[in-house]
Amino acid sequence: MTLEAEYSPDADRIMAVSLGPQHPGAGHFRIRLWLDGDYVVKALPDPGYVHRGEEKMAEYRNYTQNVPHLERPVILDSSNILFAYSLAVDELMSSKVPPRAQYLRVIMSEINRIISHMYFVAIQGLFLGHTTMITWCMGDRDFWIDLAERIAGARVTFAYIIPGGVRNDIPEFAIEKGLNTCDWFEKRMDEYEKIFFENPMVHQRSDRVGVLTGDDAVAFGATGTVARASGLTFDVRKDEPYSSYSDFEFKTPVLTQGDSWARAYVALLDMRESVKIIRQALKGLPQGPVRLKLGPQPRVPAGEVYARTEAARGEMSYHIISDGSPRPYRLKIGVPSAKNLRVLPHLLKGVHVADIPVIYWGLNYWPVEADR
Amino acid sequence: MSKESEPAKPASPPLSAPTQPAKPATPSPPAAASAPAPSPDLDRAKALATRITSSQPTAKVEWMKPRRLKVSASPNTIKDVALFARDSLGFNHISAVSGVDWIAKNELEVIYFVGSTTHGQEDFVLAVSERIPRDNPVVPTLIGVWKGAEYQERETHEMFGINFQGHPDQSHLFLPEDWNDLPPLRKDYVSPGR
Repeated sequence: MTLEAEYSPDADRIMAVSLGPQHPGAGHFRIRLWLDGDYVVKALPDPGYVHRGEEKMAEYRNYTQNVPHLERPVILDSSNILFAYSLAVDELMSSKVPPRAQYLRVIMSEINRIISHMYFVAIQGLFLGHTTMITWCMGDRDFWIDLAERIAGARVTFAYIIPGGVRNDIPEFAIEKGLNTCDWFEKRMDEYEKIFFENPMVHQRSDRVGVLTGDDAVAFGATGTVARASGLTFDVRKDEPYSSYSDFEFKTPVLTQGDSWARAYVALLDMRESVKIIRQALKGLPQGPVRLKLGPQPRVPAGEVYARTEAARGEMSYHIISDGSPRPYRLKIGVPSAKNLRVLPHLLKGVHVADIPVIYWGLNYWPVEADR
Repeated sequence: MSKESEPAKPASPPLSAPTQPAKPATPSPPAAASAPAPSPDLDRAKALATRITSSQPTAKVEWMKPRRLKVSASPNTIKDVALFARDSLGFNHISAVSGVDWIAKNELEVIYFVGSTTHGQEDFVLAVSERIPRDNPVVPTLIGVWKGAEYQERETHEMFGINFQGHPDQSHLFLPEDWNDLPPLRKDYVSPGR
């Protein structure tokens, strides 16, 4: 893990170490560490290795052209980042999205949440040395990707949720396949609980590791699984029900431990709720059109909008200013990973080096998403 | 899909949920689709705007929408407005810090979007903004109010060249350390190849 290690000239006890950016788990992200023996004295995250300037790019492209590149930062969760964008553009254009499209948006967004959370708990298993969890989860995740492929035609970047609705209708057979996947997955999640979340080794490695109190979670602006593991009932789907989320019955899972175990377990509980939502949406899918005809260059009136959704990692928000021209004047993506990043140096202070991967990955941090 | 086309009523009230009784929160009579119906959410925004402007006379309401309110202040008073929003109104959860380059007016704008964890107000996002001249973009940092704004202010600093006074570390977050061009999100910076 030590790519660049040097003794600090100031204190011979303190060693400066870089974790990343080529570390297999860090993923295009560096943490600058100052270590005293096995303890972290200070940690500073250093993102930006995959900064692509999405916000600048968006200013050169019109609202339709922005769809495919805006989902690139979060390829694990590509529907949810476009969901917020579509809501923002819909609000600017005051378009009334057809009910069937609203349901399909919710279905796709929840499938994507499961795909993203599965990756999250899988890698959490990897970082804890739990090989079964990564192999099971990565394998089972593919069934959800298959389902998403049946609906949207692609496996990773769907470009499915677009301003004005969704790109295409759901094929009939995908509804049945989706319901079957839900039934199978609910049983499967019981097995994850038994083999991973109730595993004493996993408890030993992640209980009381990287504890974030609820007050700190609020102060640092933490969202998503990080906030909900620390006792905050922070869920945009419940707080500000967008699209058709008010039609479905589901809970916001909240845990109060605030440690790495809770942050992973709250993701599993999240998936249970997602399955419930997908099942209700598939069964109650209204008939009708699935998209509005906006044309290749939508006419977006001048205005300012701030729209947000609950993505897999937390609150995904878009601030768009339109000056009435075909391209956005300013487009700001408020990504959950960037919001949760401030928590990392706080949690790493004083921990063992061996706990860094668990804490880092427990934040469900995705470097590409944070960098945009 | 072809034989199912007759029950499709595109202009019907949305979300006539077949699974559950319709939610009472959003009344959706089909006639009121075009004219914005009186909304309690908008009234809440108005009430909040009154509270802010009566307590903070320097704050100006920029716009309000259902569950959204944007107020602006000057760099001298924004900290008071922010503290009032956090302590008296319960807007304690920073959501995003955004910047805008208004090159035609020779101004830069910083906007703080703040959510709330107060029960009954979670759906509301308050935007607190300030405008500064482009040639001397100095604003006070609001880390003391919302700790979570630290990295987002740092990002706004590098992308717009806005100097946040009192910020502990304004080194580059996303840009390379040796970036010596204009701040990239300013309008006069042109992407390579454009």
